[in-house]
Amino acid sequence: MIATIAAIFQRAVAQGIPLLFGSTGEILTEKSGNLNLGIPGIMYVGAISGVAGSFLYELSLNGNEPNPFLIIGIPLLCCILGSMFMGLIYCFLTVTLRANQNVTGLALTTFGIGIGNFFGGSLINIVKSDVPSISLNETTKFFKTTLPLGENINSFEKMFLSYGFLAYLAVIIALIASFVLNRTRVGLNLRAVGENPATADAAGINVSRYKYISTCIGSAVAGLGGLYYVMDYANGVWSNDAFGDRGWLAIALVIFSVWKPAVAILGSILFGALYVIPYYIPGISISLIKIFEMLPYAVTILVLILTSVRRKRETQPPQHLGLSYFREER
Amino acid sequence: MSSTAIELKNISKYFGSVVANKNVSLSVKRGEVLAILGENGSGKTTLMNMISGIYFPDEGEIFIDGEKATIHSPKDAFGYKIGMIHQHFKLIDVFSAAQNIVLGIEDKKRFNMKEYISRIEEIDKQYGFEIDPKKKIYEMSVSEKQTVEIIKVLFRGADILILDEPTAVLTPQETKKLFRILKKMRDDGKAIIIITHKLHEVLEISNRVSVLRKGEYVGTVETANTTETELTELMVGKKVELNIERKEPENTARRLEVKNLTCMDREGNKVLDSVSFTACSGEILGIAGIAGSGQRELLEAISGLQQISVGEIIYDNPKTGETESLVGKTPLQIREMGVRLSFVPEDRLGMGLVGNMDIVDNMMLRSYRRGKGAFLERKGPRELADKIIKNLRVVTPGLSTPVRRLSGGNVQKVLVGREIAASPTVLMAAYPVRGLDINSSYTIYDLLNEQKKKGVAVIFVGEDLDVLLELCDRILVIGGGKITGIVDARDTTKEEIGLLMTKSGDDKKEENEDE
Repeated sequence: MIATIAAIFQRAVAQGIPLLFGSTGEILTEKSGNLNLGIPGIMYVGAISGVAGSFLYELSLNGNEPNPFLIIGIPLLCCILGSMFMGLIYCFLTVTLRANQNVTGLALTTFGIGIGNFFGGSLINIVKSDVPSISLNETTKFFKTTLPLGENINSFEKMFLSYGFLAYLAVIIALIASFVLNRTRVGLNLRAVGENPATADAAGINVSRYKYISTCIGSAVAGLGGLYYVMDYANGVWSNDAFGDRGWLAIALVIFSVWKPAVAILGSILFGALYVIPYYIPGISISLIKIFEMLPYAVTILVLILTSVRRKRETQPPQHLGLSYFREER
Repeated sequence: MSSTAIELKNISKYFGSVVANKNVSLSVKRGEVLAILGENGSGKTTLMNMISGIYFPDEGEIFIDGEKATIHSPKDAFGYKIGMIHQHFKLIDVFSAAQNIVLGIEDKKRFNMKEYISRIEEIDKQYGFEIDPKKKIYEMSVSEKQTVEIIKVLFRGADILILDEPTAVLTPQETKKLFRILKKMRDDGKAIIIITHKLHEVLEISNRVSVLRKGEYVGTVETANTTETELTELMVGKKVELNIERKEPENTARRLEVKNLTCMDREGNKVLDSVSFTACSGEILGIAGIAGSGQRELLEAISGLQQISVGEIIYDNPKTGETESLVGKTPLQIREMGVRLSFVPEDRLGMGLVGNMDIVDNMMLRSYRRGKGAFLERKGPRELADKIIKNLRVVTPGLSTPVRRLSGGNVQKVLVGREIAASPTVLMAAYPVRGLDINSSYTIYDLLNEQKKKGVAVIFVGEDLDVLLELCDRILVIGGGKITGIVDARDTTKEEIGLLMTKSGDDKKEENEDE
């Protein structure tokens, strides 16, 4: 029994980590008042950028021993740059040109998924493999390296210590984000920008700079979710569309965790659990599994209803979320 | 103690061709309260915005402590220790008082909320504020929010404070408390400028009064040596002849009677307090008052857009000859009965017209229900639009130009024209000449006079007293949600209306005793 729970927990965490990256990134973005619906696309771009980087590096190895710093550093850097670039496009359109945030975000999602599948397809073409996927066997080894625990570990150790480094990074980033938002001047200023940019502006805060920086950092964090999915969860195998709707789930998780990164940590595990639990129910039909996969969204709607009914101001989205800001010109 | 803190010399500011301030010179000493008095649109706020760095003066110089100062941004103003408390609070609702106060402060030290809070508590103690730094803004009353704004500027070390109509949103008790604090700050050696149009407050709090009229500086008087009457005269000035045509009203009969009308705002404050009056057919009833005294709420209550707490609105329907009550009817029903409202808000397009739609579509906003079947009927509205363009000489490139692209005057003609076209029995026009040039204004006056001649009961809310005096038959003066007087426009004076306007609800009793 304990072993089953431990196994469910472990798989739930593995499922939840991409969501945690995505929603921490989106929370940072939304706190600046930018509703970035491009997150699903950005996670695709983050993943494919990392895949492309590591693909080229593995190609250049020619059977030599890989350098551990490069084999981790290259995909990481490519992923961050790729997803940050997407964030930059979003900011340029919505902050500088004041385009509609929803339209821009949705366009970026379509664009990002397209980019991912296009370059993914191209790489598959290059290797001329029989299956429509590419495997990055060397890289995934490094991303899946766990703490040296030995063979005989108990289920507790398995539950908490058996993940690759990106999983811990996701939790650490969420905790740092939580600290920065609640305990620092930068966090206070950032929240002010998302709540009421005119007031922030009057207080001498550079609204555009905060929006740009937080959105780009948020995009980079979200992109790491894509990278984790390919390199760790999927064992270094990229196939088109495999990432699925996890990006949307990450956005749902933002609402579920009422814009608090610390809550998102627990929420991501819960969402992950809802995803994996049906596989542990004996004799379950495939259609029931699909219903379970729907549950995270149902839970999110429930949270939306609850927070809307309670109308507690702290659990509401940033007041200026989704709106462009420009100083009134007279 | 009595050194000059800030001095303005010949300050002028223009917005396009509009003169907002012209040759204003005034000064404030340390340990003194200077009141700036003027009607709406007399340029008080613009002037203060130039001191606090929101606008930059086109002409003139500002001296601070005898030295020439250049203030380009609010940050520069902070640098000169100038703090402005705006009429509309700049606070973040979900933040605590302390978080709002320290927002945007950049000091080299570590961010330590506890230390900030103890500094705020010190300021609390020094001036006798009663603010819990940890309380969230959304839990606060208006007066508490204002206190947070004041602490905010004090926290930044301001010693020149500007308050823009600080009492407009306060109850009399809260006002008293505010004045106590202001006096304490004055005695502490701070220079305080308070913008207001309430005369009794000017007399109570200020040491000197500077008066502005239509952007121009009229003069400064010592508060101790002046009276309400003198200040009113300075504020409203001499009457200007406009030569607006005014016919004697014919066949007047009761059309609309408002009895004891009381309305509350969302916070439960009375925005209208026992308002009673009668509007007659064939007559123009003017409504005068300082902006925000309840004019808007009154018109909205009549047209069914405002929740009515107590009171009656009785309407004599000339078509059926019946007497009906408008309370409880939907806006649509009221409109169908012939009561029409054309409201020109400050941003002109906010109410009544949709900026991105063309004139025809805007006509249809009022008529689409009349169409048969699922499809819109466009022919009628197009003819109407044509007629309005021709009759009112609306300058537009064509019927399909979005209304947003028309100039202000033309937009207003379209708005008023549409309401008139429905041959109303009661026409309420609020600020129809707002921002218009003289010729367009006269076109609108003619339109209203024409309606009057047709036997419509016209209610005209205006800002310019000279216009009200020449256009209207009777003038209702509203102050603080109460009617402070109804006068015959033919034999009243500008001063009388000015005095009535500045009487707010709380000194109504004294006025009754005077009568």
